This record gives sequence, C-alpha cells and structure tokens, in this order.
Amino acid sequence: MAGPMKMRATLAGGNTEVRVLMSHPMTTAQMKEGLHHIRNVVVKHNGRTVVEAEISQAVSRNPVFSFRLKGGAKGDRIEVSWLDNKGETSKIEAAVA
Amino acid sequence: MSRLLAALFFLAWAASPAAQDTKAEIQKYQQMIAEGSPVELFELEGEALWKKPQGPNKVSLEKCDLGQGPGVLKGAYARLPRYFKDADRVMDLETRLLHCMTTLQGRSREEATKRVFGNENQPSEMELLSAYVAAQSRGVKLAAGTAHPKEKQAYELGRAIFFHRAGGWDMSCASCHGEADKRIRMQDLPVLYKREFARPIMATWPAYRVSNSQFKTMQWRINDCYRQMRYPEPTFASDATIALNTFLTVTAAGEPYRGPGTKR
Repeated sequence: MAGPMKMRATLAGGNTEVRVLMSHPMTTAQMKEGLHHIRNVVVKHNGRTVVEAEISQAVSRNPVFSFRLKGGAKGDRIEVSWLDNKGETSKIEAAVA
Repeated sequence: MSRLLAALFFLAWAASPAAQDTKAEIQKYQQMIAEGSPVELFELEGEALWKKPQGPNKVSLEKCDLGQGPGVLKGAYARLPRYFKDADRVMDLETRLLHCMTTLQGRSREEATKRVFGNENQPSEMELLSAYVAAQSRGVKLAAGTAHPKEKQAYELGRAIFFHRAGGWDMSCASCHGEADKRIRMQDLPVLYKREFARPIMATWPAYRVSNSQFKTMQWRINDCYRQMRYPEPTFASDATIALNTFLTVTAAGEPYRGPGTKR
C-alpha cells in the first residue's frame, strides 16, 4: 500500500527547488520480502514533463529526492509521481511558494 | 615518567588532525542524513491516526489533554513529562497517550500496549503519534515540570536510577553516559547528566533511525538501553522509565525543541 508523500517547492535565485519524500519499502531481490522498488519517477511542471527518472533497488527505503528546476514562478504547479515494479503508483502536487 | 609520556601522547592524539577529521566527518555524515530525513512522512501518518476514531467509544484522540488543555498540541510535547492531576501521576508523552487511549477511547491497557514498539514494515501507534505530537513543539523551549512535589520526586528518582549499577553486567546509565569523549562506532556517547550534553539530545528525540528505517520513541530508547545492559525488560510507561525521562528532560531544560530528529 502506498503511504503518504510530501513535497515542498520553493523559488530560490530564479530556480525552483523541489524536495519530495516518498513512502516506499524499497526492498531488494536479496531480501526475504522480495524485489519491490520504485522504477519510474516523473516530474511535471504545469503539466509538462520535465524529468523522467529510472530508479533502481539500490535506493533506500522512504526515499527523498531534491532537485532544481530552471526558472519557475510562484503558483506554478509541480507534480511528482512514481510507479513501482508491482504496478503500484502514487503522486503529489504542490504549488511553487 | 612513562605515565607522563602516555599523557603527552594522549594529548597529542586528541589534538591531532586525524581525531578532528573523524569528528568533522561524522558531523558531515549526520548533516547529510538529516537532509534526507523522511521524518515528515511519520508525522503525516501520525496526524491521520490522531484523528481516527478507535476503541469501544469510537472516538479519536483529538480531545486528548496533553497538559495544555484538551486537543492543544502546540508546545505540549516540550512541557512533558509533567504532573497530571486527573491521573495523580507524572506522565511522559507515551504514558499520556496511553491514558487517553484507555479513558477517551475506552480501550484496555492490555490491548493498547500490545505493540508499543513497531518495526520497519509497520510502525507502532505510539511511534506515529509521537512523531506527530512532538513535531508541534518545534521551536518551543523544553520545560518539563519541576514545581509539583511528584515532579521533584520523579526527577530525584530518575537521577538515582541513572547512577544505579545493577544487572548481569553491573552497569548503570552512567557506565556509558558518564564520561566525555566516548563513542560506539559512529555514535558519540553524550554525558547525559550534564546540561550541555543532555540539551541537544533531548531536543531531537523522538527520532527516525536511518540504520533500521524506523521511527523510535523515548520509551523505546530507555527500554533498549536496559536490554543492552542485560537488565530485565522495564515495563512500558512505568514510574521508573518516566522518572528517567523526567531527569533527562529537566537536565536539558531551556533548549529549543527541534525534532523529531534523525539518528544514525
């Protein structure tokens, strides 16, 4: 089951700094729980895809990502979604502050 | 002469770049794990649990009085442990939560304490609720109760327990936390009966532990110290564990709370 996500997007020096937290067990193939990890992360800025990332089992449980997007303005919509190897998915949307 | 040489050697080592590098590197590491902390996820789940109707009475904990009035969360954690007239007892956060579960929600003590410490796949109620409640005290100075006679008694009892040696290995809390410049692997051992050491520690518990992906509470911290000292397991929310928590928090008084923290 997908737990909560949390995101902050703030304007800093003409760029948008995004910090996003995801709840996920991120278990590896070597663990008794078996392989269960986030595979794709997609970042959208006002509906336009700006980042498409592939994530492996090497990333820790409950991952945190932070990154900077060029430009952006207050009130812009940032959406981050993930899809894992079992087809589960979750997303969060926030306005740039 | 050899003792003098040894002392000189020790001084030289303590001031050497290697020792300072180690300290600086550990600090850098701690800063990095704090930046990637998922602690807010536990706060969110804790908030949902706080508002969820449970127990035979089918009510939430939203009317729970943590010392600042029913449902008042702002700054409540920073003023615990404290004396509660309705229970005629000094209580820390988890003990008070248990009190609200049994009185407000009508749950039995057995049921509510069945699983007080969780694991990485399923945190316990106490852990999630502690994360949420403690977070509402960020920036508030720690001010555990010290005025009521029972609060004074708890402090004195906690202090006595801190220095009391017993158990299979004849240890006390002070065996590890009584001398400066000791550490276990990456973890500095703070001298917890001293103000300057207790302050930063008490201001960051409860906390998320990176090494096992779990959110941990103060009752757990005390419980696990006793396990490591090979004592019999202390009872959850007992007078002894509350007294120890009172002693540590009063020692740390005045420090602005900045948890829930992130630990190794």
